[in-house]
Amino acid sequence: MWSLSNIATSIDQWLNETFNPTLALILEMLIAGVAVIGLFAMLGLILVIMERKVSAWIQIRLGPNRVGPKGMFQSLADTVKLLVKEGMTPGGSDKLLFNVAPFVAMIVAMLLMAPIAFAKDFQLWDLNIGVLYISAVSSISVISILMAGWASNNKYSLLGAMRSGAQIVSYELSAGLAVLAIVVLTGSLRVSDIINSQADGWWIFKGHIPAIISFVIFIIAVTAETNRAPFDMAEAESELTAGFHTEYSGMKFALFFLAEYVNVFIVCALGATLFLGGWMPFHIGTWEAFNHVMDYIPSSIWFFGKTFFLIFLIMWFRWTFPRLRIDQLLNLEWKYLLPISMFNLLLVTLIAILGWHF
Amino acid sequence: MFEEVGTTTEGDLIINVGPQHPATHGVLHLVITLNGETIKNVEPHLGYIHRSIEKMCESLTYRQFIYVTSRMDYLSAHINNHACAMCVEKGLQLEIPPRAQVIRVLMDELTRIASHELWWGAMAMDLGAFTPFFHAFRERESINDIMEETCGARLTMNYMVPGGVMHDIHPNFQRRVKDFLQLYKSKIHEYDEMVTGNVIFQNRMKGVGVISAEDVISYGCTGPVARGSGVSSDTRKHYPYEIYDKLEFDEVLETGCDSFARYMVRLREMQQSIRIIEQLIDNIPEGDFQAKTKAVLKLPKGEFYSKAETARGELGVYIVSEGGTTPYRIKFRSPGFSNLSALNHLVKGGKIGDLIAAMGTLDLVIPDIDR
Repeated sequence: MWSLSNIATSIDQWLNETFNPTLALILEMLIAGVAVIGLFAMLGLILVIMERKVSAWIQIRLGPNRVGPKGMFQSLADTVKLLVKEGMTPGGSDKLLFNVAPFVAMIVAMLLMAPIAFAKDFQLWDLNIGVLYISAVSSISVISILMAGWASNNKYSLLGAMRSGAQIVSYELSAGLAVLAIVVLTGSLRVSDIINSQADGWWIFKGHIPAIISFVIFIIAVTAETNRAPFDMAEAESELTAGFHTEYSGMKFALFFLAEYVNVFIVCALGATLFLGGWMPFHIGTWEAFNHVMDYIPSSIWFFGKTFFLIFLIMWFRWTFPRLRIDQLLNLEWKYLLPISMFNLLLVTLIAILGWHF
Repeated sequence: MFEEVGTTTEGDLIINVGPQHPATHGVLHLVITLNGETIKNVEPHLGYIHRSIEKMCESLTYRQFIYVTSRMDYLSAHINNHACAMCVEKGLQLEIPPRAQVIRVLMDELTRIASHELWWGAMAMDLGAFTPFFHAFRERESINDIMEETCGARLTMNYMVPGGVMHDIHPNFQRRVKDFLQLYKSKIHEYDEMVTGNVIFQNRMKGVGVISAEDVISYGCTGPVARGSGVSSDTRKHYPYEIYDKLEFDEVLETGCDSFARYMVRLREMQQSIRIIEQLIDNIPEGDFQAKTKAVLKLPKGEFYSKAETARGELGVYIVSEGGTTPYRIKFRSPGFSNLSALNHLVKGGKIGDLIAAMGTLDLVIPDIDR
């Protein structure tokens, strides 16, 4: 049967037969790097067109429909536009920080690709603290936003960056605790272990009440962490025009933009991995026949299907909700989400110890 | 314009919002003094769109100057024209045929709905929700189609003339208005589902931009801004013109005094306008649509004042005539100007996000403020 892991294995075999092991490893790393950059670019293109189509659908508009069949090449045209635009550095700004910030944002987003399992046995790096790695590395992204806002020499940018700092740092806590709930149920931080533990059902069903609570908290917290509406305080176009990236143009802006979309993809992939079984097909306990039929659908389709479902959910939020105010945003986190997720962690621990999950 | 920014202390951030800014609804310039995210002072600066409309009107004849006023509050063009036409009619002591009166009221109310629709969408957009804007435009578009068919314009209509209306309504008018009413009634629940009932929206609006009834009166606010604080100020009720005294409709009053109250006033006003249109649409009397007037109008020597209720509040037209074919002096009392004057009072001590929310509920149209 067609699968991504077969392709990866045959490439690995061919490299090892042709070159000596060290060279083969280096070549594999290079291929992986290029693949991540390629995926990065592809995701940018796909998510931009998806966002436009989803928003058009919600807003009773047609959306892009001129460039290519059904407007599918619109994001290519956008890319060309962004490439040919002049990348300006405003006078009075901190030139080094200003120019480095978009790259930090992008590099962080790329690093996050490492532990994600895109299909069965198809993963860059199955490290034993995969989930911890994602939550640790993703917190670096706030630095790029603070850098951009501070270095821009613009008050809108500064306000946006300060808001973003307060927001991302706060919501990391809830997101982390929501992830922990599944880690407690699984007993492992390794991504492959978490996925394999869902072979007889996804955690959102097996973990029932606490899993559903932590799933809801996870979705809210990651929406805030990725600066998406209704938590797009860092940009807040009606208040701060464009917030931290007001002064960025052309490709520098595009890098922030891409990083935001890839971050959305990564948190959704993480959500799909933790709660919806990652690449694991829809299995029900011991129904062998049913599970076997489900296995015929390739694992990559399961993974991307779940991930894009969550992405759609987050886009849906964006196009229907008004934006919160900064104090309401922090209240929501510190007064509601954090206490609830702490209580939920206790609950899930109890359930895990007593074995009250399926 | 109001208090000096002299209260600035070390560490305060002064931010210019506008003249080009997504939330200033045109070219309004706000100088905001911020302490962190908290607003210490807001100072509106005007003059970026000044076209000296009042001065221009003094060189135009009594028929011509009405056209210019469509460009003032371009979302209430019909009602602006109406107020001006009424002022000239007062000077000439003209009797308006009943058919023209009914057509005028119908047009006014359609304009009010269109204006409130646009406000509703823009208001939601100020709060970061884009979708309502497009949904509001769907309904507004069908009103614009009706307007286009009858008066040839979609935004700056010139339909009301001294003595009545310029020409008779289009044969399709009644049918299309009824179609619109049907469409509107099937959609209005969407507004509540999408915006009014939303928890985030309510948290953003309730208790934000509070202004008491006394302050509303002292700032001279009119229209939905005044009625949101429980001040009865509907010109259509207190100084009825045309056939408003014969119609059944309620003056919408809310006592919340906050942004949410002003929001609810406009939302419920749209329904009252629908009520008025329903009473009239099948009962347009036959007869002339315009009184007989001379080609060149000459107002007798004296001062004339008339007012009408636009979507934003009370529009006053004051004409001083020296007996010639052009007015000696014209002064407009525009609702937006007085409403804007309350902005600093509304938002002081709030967060910068509150500024945008409260400004949205004032329903500012900048050319109306800065004539």
